[in-house]
Amino acid sequence: MTPIAPTFFFYLLSGVALVSAILVITRKNPVHAALALIFTLLSLAGLYLMLYAPFVAGVQVILYAGGIMVLFLFVIMLVNIERNVREEQFNQQWPIGILASLVLGGIITVVYWKGSSIFPQTAISLPEASNTQQVGLALYQTYLLPFEIASLLLLVAIVGAVVMAKKRI
Amino acid sequence: MGPITTLDYLVVAAALFAIGTIGVVTRRNVVIILMSIELILNAVNLNLVAFSRLWNLQGQVFSIFVITDAAAEAAVGLGILIAFFRNKETINVDEVDLLKW
Repeated sequence: MTPIAPTFFFYLLSGVALVSAILVITRKNPVHAALALIFTLLSLAGLYLMLYAPFVAGVQVILYAGGIMVLFLFVIMLVNIERNVREEQFNQQWPIGILASLVLGGIITVVYWKGSSIFPQTAISLPEASNTQQVGLALYQTYLLPFEIASLLLLVAIVGAVVMAKKRI
Repeated sequence: MGPITTLDYLVVAAALFAIGTIGVVTRRNVVIILMSIELILNAVNLNLVAFSRLWNLQGQVFSIFVITDAAAEAAVGLGILIAFFRNKETINVDEVDLLKW
């Protein structure tokens, strides 16, 4: 009997991700859009688990869904959205915008389809038990400089965000 | 339906990218535009992790850096939004035309 669980979970998770993404861009209320984006992020974390990347899935749930989306919700709370919810939601060039984005997505998909024969056919062996250790070793040995630069970038972002949001500098 | 290949993950990532681009180009609300940018970054992450399955762990390490950069950019972008809202009381991007000649 052929296994159907990977196929079923792939279609379920990617279906939830795509439907939630469409909900993000069409909702009038930003809180609804933020909740739909949380659904997208969590289903993408499930897709990362299917791709044998448990550390990236954990980082996605904790950092993205648990940090960035909470920041979004706080700012939505601080900014007065009442007037905007009753106004027109889409700008004047929405037909051209949708057409151009669909053409871009179509070009990317066609390039993938035509070139899919140059991908390696066999997946490498990624043992899940040591994924975190290997990613940690890569971050601290091979990619130490980007790691330190990322921490410096976060420091600059913290200072910048505080300065931008202060009332008097 | 055959087994799930890498191409299926890449098509899902391309669809997410297109949906995020539609959100950035079409909406007037700044918060929704920032959320659509997060959708684009997540599509890129899915691409990286899908290819990392075929080669080595570099894709996953890069995707961790992409998530870190997305956090920094969301923080600064929302700070700019708060600063602008304090001045002009609007969050529509069409009405941000102070430099228009």
